[in-house]
Amino acid sequence: MTSTPVVSRLQQEREAYRRGRARRSTLVALLSTTAFATVLWLAVTRSPGWPRVQDFFFNVDVARASLPRIAEGLWLNVRVLAVCAVAVPVIGLAVAALRTLRGPVFFPVRILAAVYTDVFRGIPLIILLYLVGFGVPALRLQGVPISTTVWGVVAIVLTYSAYVAEVFRAGIESVHPSQRAAARSLGLSYGQTMRIVVLPQAVRRVAPPLLNDFVALQKDVGLISVLSAVDAVRAAQIEAADFFNFTPYVIAGLLFVLLAVPTARLADWATLRATRREQAGGTV
Amino acid sequence: MSGPALSCTGVVKRFGALEVLRGIDVDVHEHEVVALIGASGSGKSTLLRCINLLEVVDDGVIRLDGEDITDPRVDADRVRGRIGVVFQAYNLFPHLSVLDNVTLAPRVVHGVARREAQASAMALLARVGLADKAGAYPDRLSGGQQQRAAIARALVNAPRLLLLDEVTSALDPELVGEVLTLVRELAGQGMTILMATHEMGFARQVADRVCFLDDGVVREQGPAAQVLGDPVEARTRQFLARIIEAGRL
Repeated sequence: MTSTPVVSRLQQEREAYRRGRARRSTLVALLSTTAFATVLWLAVTRSPGWPRVQDFFFNVDVARASLPRIAEGLWLNVRVLAVCAVAVPVIGLAVAALRTLRGPVFFPVRILAAVYTDVFRGIPLIILLYLVGFGVPALRLQGVPISTTVWGVVAIVLTYSAYVAEVFRAGIESVHPSQRAAARSLGLSYGQTMRIVVLPQAVRRVAPPLLNDFVALQKDVGLISVLSAVDAVRAAQIEAADFFNFTPYVIAGLLFVLLAVPTARLADWATLRATRREQAGGTV
Repeated sequence: MSGPALSCTGVVKRFGALEVLRGIDVDVHEHEVVALIGASGSGKSTLLRCINLLEVVDDGVIRLDGEDITDPRVDADRVRGRIGVVFQAYNLFPHLSVLDNVTLAPRVVHGVARREAQASAMALLARVGLADKAGAYPDRLSGGQQQRAAIARALVNAPRLLLLDEVTSALDPELVGEVLTLVRELAGQGMTILMATHEMGFARQVADRVCFLDDGVVREQGPAAQVLGDPVEARTRQFLARIIEAGRL
């Protein structure tokens, strides 16, 4: 704090040389990027089909006209996403925990949890959406909601919980057995060991892959459009048909990307942090 | 004095076709320190894991204060609570601070109030010289400090018996001393200890008796000075000669 460290002449020369190299690298990168961008721009805009592409996909008037309805539809996607984002981790963690239970009493529960993950990871989400979203309301059972959107949410939650359960299970199994041995040696029961020692470590480790699944979920909520719920995708479809123009799809796609970017950055950050922690000495 | 604090009789443990323990007889009396020596793979750690009920024995009886703890009807959690274990790799919980590592068992298993548990944990941490590290996470400590924290954690249930599984094997040479000093203090305070160790000099100083495990059986046991200084069995002499060659005695 009080004085800058005294640096030898040799070191000063080295640093001057490194600064020179760094300036040169920046300049080269700048030039090559500019050249590359110019060539690309000219190649695209000079190509014979470009005006038609521009008119069909990037039409400003259509974009302006369709944006309000698409944005309104996106609000439905966001609400569906919010429900799924709460339900999926809860059910996923429960299924994962059930699969790791020991003892003969829990045999049927273990089997059930295993069958659940196998079936719902295997079945295409779109088939499940049709089955649950159209099929269940068609039964006209008393006291059962007939909203296709509600059943669309159920279908998405069923599928994603199966994926997330496997992520949690991998996390649970990644905690070294010596941690369980240490906890059990202190007199902790199986359940206490799981809850206080294993799960906290497991959840921290799988945070990056979980966020990755969340990014996937963000766009898959758009699939409820197949149940004719007017979400962003369905709204874009309607607008596209009205204008006979594809710009509404581009707009809807762009909105989904904007929705996903913050989560993707968060996932990167979480991965980085986890890596740093492992490198700081790791666990056992 | 009634019977021994710990008594193993004819203990057998198999892993598949491999018979790791082939009829072990070892007793540890109250306030006694017994050292298990033997080559890697001789069964030292397996025996400790059997005593702590982390492994189920395939034959024989282990008694803690006369109670047969190998009886399948015994509540294993309760038995484990009476035995303190320190592992070679410390096995501290990395997501909990040192203080939380130590207070976990009293709070969760015995329902002690947080404040009370913390007070006694702080006393223990002071005893192992880590009072200033209570709030730190295990990763931030040196190996020797981690192992001392692990010892404090093992002592928190006021165990009847302390099992030490090569507690210095993972440590850098200059950190071994601080852990051994602590174990020596515990022995001096009358703790009943069964320890697997490669530190022959330490075993000689601290252990009342030494037990040489070889190929799943107790080849020789007796007073430390006799077994380490004037062994009867040829296998014991061979083993000790190799250790001396390696400069560990």
